[in-house]
Amino acid sequence: MRKITYIQAVNEAFREEMRRDPKVFIMGEEVKVGVLGQTEGLFEEFGEEKVRNTPISEQGFVGAGIGAAGSGMRPIVDFMFGNFMYVAMDQLANQAAKLRYMSGGQVNFPMVFYTTTGDMGSTAAQHSDHPVAPFVNMPLLKIVLPSTPYDAKGLLKSAIRDDNPIIFFEEVTLGGIKGDVPEEEYLISIGKGDIKRSGKDVTVVAVGCMAPQALSAAEKLQKEGISVEVADPRTIVPLDKEIILNSVKKTGRLVICEDAPRLCSFASEVSATISEDGFSYLKAPIKRVTREHVPLPFSSPMTEFVLPNESKIIDAIKEALRYENKTR
Amino acid sequence: MNEELVLMYRKMLTIRAFEEEASELFWKGEILGLLHVSIGEEAVPVGACTNLLPEDHITSTHRGHGDIIGKGADPKYMFAELYGKKTGYCKGRGGSMHIADYSLGIIGANGIVGAGIPISTGSALAQKMLGTRNVTVCFFGDGASNQGTFHESLNLAAIWKLPVIFVCKNNQYGMWTSASYAVSVRDVSERAKGYGIPGVTVDGNDVTAVYEAVHEAVERARNGDGPSLIECKTYRWHGHMEGEEAYGWVYRSPEEAEEWKKRCPILRLEKELLSRGILTEAQVKEIREEAKNEIEEAVKFAEESPLPEPEDAVADLFAGGEE
Repeated sequence: MRKITYIQAVNEAFREEMRRDPKVFIMGEEVKVGVLGQTEGLFEEFGEEKVRNTPISEQGFVGAGIGAAGSGMRPIVDFMFGNFMYVAMDQLANQAAKLRYMSGGQVNFPMVFYTTTGDMGSTAAQHSDHPVAPFVNMPLLKIVLPSTPYDAKGLLKSAIRDDNPIIFFEEVTLGGIKGDVPEEEYLISIGKGDIKRSGKDVTVVAVGCMAPQALSAAEKLQKEGISVEVADPRTIVPLDKEIILNSVKKTGRLVICEDAPRLCSFASEVSATISEDGFSYLKAPIKRVTREHVPLPFSSPMTEFVLPNESKIIDAIKEALRYENKTR
Repeated sequence: MNEELVLMYRKMLTIRAFEEEASELFWKGEILGLLHVSIGEEAVPVGACTNLLPEDHITSTHRGHGDIIGKGADPKYMFAELYGKKTGYCKGRGGSMHIADYSLGIIGANGIVGAGIPISTGSALAQKMLGTRNVTVCFFGDGASNQGTFHESLNLAAIWKLPVIFVCKNNQYGMWTSASYAVSVRDVSERAKGYGIPGVTVDGNDVTAVYEAVHEAVERARNGDGPSLIECKTYRWHGHMEGEEAYGWVYRSPEEAEEWKKRCPILRLEKELLSRGILTEAQVKEIREEAKNEIEEAVKFAEESPLPEPEDAVADLFAGGEE
């Protein structure tokens, strides 16, 4: 199979869906040049009507996207950086998430909020957030966070075809990684997780940029005789709970990895869910591998300290395996 | 035009009757939640919406009953919504501040001040991209003209030449703060200069003046010449919200309110209709009676309608039926 990068996969998804459906268009800051390559060539093919550069006006263009979605179009609204979503928080939290529900289901808002997330390298605290959890806490926003080029393309195409508002997080650190992506068209269902590696000793749930790091950790631990199963939910909302529960049923141990601050994180939510629904399967406390609960600092030694990484995943896995319940 | 004047008179009476009744029901405890009425401001939505076709869109505000009736909503489904009934426009999920009827082009009132402005801009963007000649009228207040969404949206609508008409109902107060304090310019319409679009101020209690100003702006928008800003000076007879009297706040003089009440937009039009011989006293009485009856029937419909089931709160969450 051919190998393309995550960004090329995203670019193909945009292009194919815009060719398929004339109601699909993209707008946001600098989509014309395509800062990181996601929208490269789209302006040349589809023109300025469909590839709309916006002023730096997040509230304005996010609200305009919502209005357009409710009036017959299928916008993709590009934020460039996840942190910029906060600028448009009312439009996301009070409008996009709620308007269909509040109208009694009168109208749909078929739209994708597209953004990169994560730290592309010493970007400091205002360009490096992974604001997944705040949006998980806003009912009815679907959220996708793929970790491979294959998943990114299949999920983005599904997201564009979905009639609900969906936030699509692109992992900025994975933009350049290559992976198998078939030439022929395919879709991946929103809400379906994927077991990226089978194992029997411990389950690692890893989303976004954590998935490749968890896989690499699993590879290393294999040499030490530890068998790690890596589950990637791929979609945060709705969550494929079954894939995690089934895995934990098999392994009895769970480590959850997310590149986000710790408190009230997605990792916390998975931990709570499995504690409630899978308590009897657990042989050890659930471990979370996350960022330290601070804004991301600029200077490398501190950044490395704050961010989750492969060695922190390995430590957490070993800790989960060492645990023996003396009270039972 | 005479026929239109009578229709506008009738519609203004419906709005007045709706809100007087809603206010009364609120005080009786029949209606829950927050209730914001626009009594005294009826000429603005009626003058504006009389220019619109069914397929045109409006967005409205927390004080939106008038705009919604202006665009053709049926008071009975509105009252049902205020009562939290299943038969309401939003099946009891929205309430007074959130009424929408997409089939009539009412793409939503909004509880967040200024939030409808970018949404109306996007509606106009869709109307343009879909190749229609439809327009969107965005209603908002003097308070919303201080929001960032106002600036961002007017700029966006101007650079993209979108068919949207920004109609500011300057009712002199944003919540309990006077526009003369909170707005940096005397007329909100002056702000149009900052976006290179036409801006006018009209007497918002003169339905004909509103009609004519919006008429010109709608024509511009339909012809692809872009957005306009129209400020309609009017006055909020009631408080920001029903029931605020209980707090005893004094933020304006009784004389000020009395002065504005003398300029009632409905009586003004009624006088004109009578003096020009368009309507007789008997006809006026009949029309007033009609409006009253319409509202009485609407309330009856709401009262007799069923409440939603508790589980309706967690049904129909996503388009496509997934849970």
